[in-house]
Amino acid sequence: MVASPSIAPLASTVAHPAGAKIIAGIKSAGVREIIALPDIVTSDGLLWPISRDPDFRLTRICKEDEGVSICAAMSYNGTRAVLIMQQTGLMDSLNAIRAIGMDYKLPVVMMVGLQGKEPHLGPEQSAVYGVRIIRPVLDAMQLSHSLIEDPEDVDHIQEAIVAAYATSRPHVFLIGRAPEAP
Amino acid sequence: MTLRRDDALKAAIPHVADEDIVVAVYQSCFDWLVLNPRDLNYVGVGAMGQASSHALGLALANPERRVFVFDGDGSLLMNLGSLVTIANAGVTNLYHFLFANRVYEVNGAHPIPGADRVDFAAMARAAGYVGARSFDDPDALREGLPELLKAPGPQMAVLEIVPGEAYPRDYAHVHSAAARQRFRAALNRR
Repeated sequence: MVASPSIAPLASTVAHPAGAKIIAGIKSAGVREIIALPDIVTSDGLLWPISRDPDFRLTRICKEDEGVSICAAMSYNGTRAVLIMQQTGLMDSLNAIRAIGMDYKLPVVMMVGLQGKEPHLGPEQSAVYGVRIIRPVLDAMQLSHSLIEDPEDVDHIQEAIVAAYATSRPHVFLIGRAPEAP
Repeated sequence: MTLRRDDALKAAIPHVADEDIVVAVYQSCFDWLVLNPRDLNYVGVGAMGQASSHALGLALANPERRVFVFDGDGSLLMNLGSLVTIANAGVTNLYHFLFANRVYEVNGAHPIPGADRVDFAAMARAAGYVGARSFDDPDALREGLPELLKAPGPQMAVLEIVPGEAYPRDYAHVHSAAARQRFRAALNRR
């Protein structure tokens, strides 16, 4: 007997997470500081709405490793922040994350758009090399991470941010599908 | 006149108040820790060229305090965009002291790119700093510091230095959990 091949959902049929719920999750974790470089995955659903939201102070940076340092430095008096960027910026910032997040054990919370990932495929199934390697790289660095793809994935955001600050360690949210604009 | 790094640091000491934060890197950090040991010295910048970005995070999160960053020229070249980020962030409490020895001193004293011509004060002004001045002798520095520190930030003082007396390179302390905890406790002590 031959097993039936599993059928992957079509890109057009998968549900996307709601940007408004991601933003609500960030707020409910006590975050009011957003540090960001634009990323096309999260641009319409997260960064533009955040830029217009008076509850947040948005600091626009020129390079992603600046954001790692800013978030870490803010944490010393308990100020919570989220760094929004693309996986290319994450890869560019690995030494800063290694030193400041991991060696120094500081809470740096990152929200990373997986640019180029097919919405209906998991990261490891992507045809894009730069997407496929992300979770293995994070695992090799022993970095805490979680995936936000389906609408219900947003439910863990508050808990994960609170845990990052409670345990003083970084956490990476990987955004696998473009959040819907509020 | 030449400006020795230890003399430049000594000139800064009277201007650093108890509640001010000082972020320092490399030899300026090692020397400062001996010349002016204090709990609000922030020494763990971790990665290459990141002192100015740590300073910005501290300045944003602690608007009631002044933040001094004792940066290196080689370090700043690794994070030049931070000048624009800092200027754009609107922090008025950040004072950027650039110790410009024109070499990567702790990595073999190789010259920085453009060692003989880079104008860091011009870069800071072009990035949007409120003010920037260069100093290459101790008397001018002592005379100029009060005015520079009276002005709102971000301000840059480029210190064209020679080594002077160098103090031990205590990397273990700089990267230690104890140093970070000491800073954290002092920052949150009210």
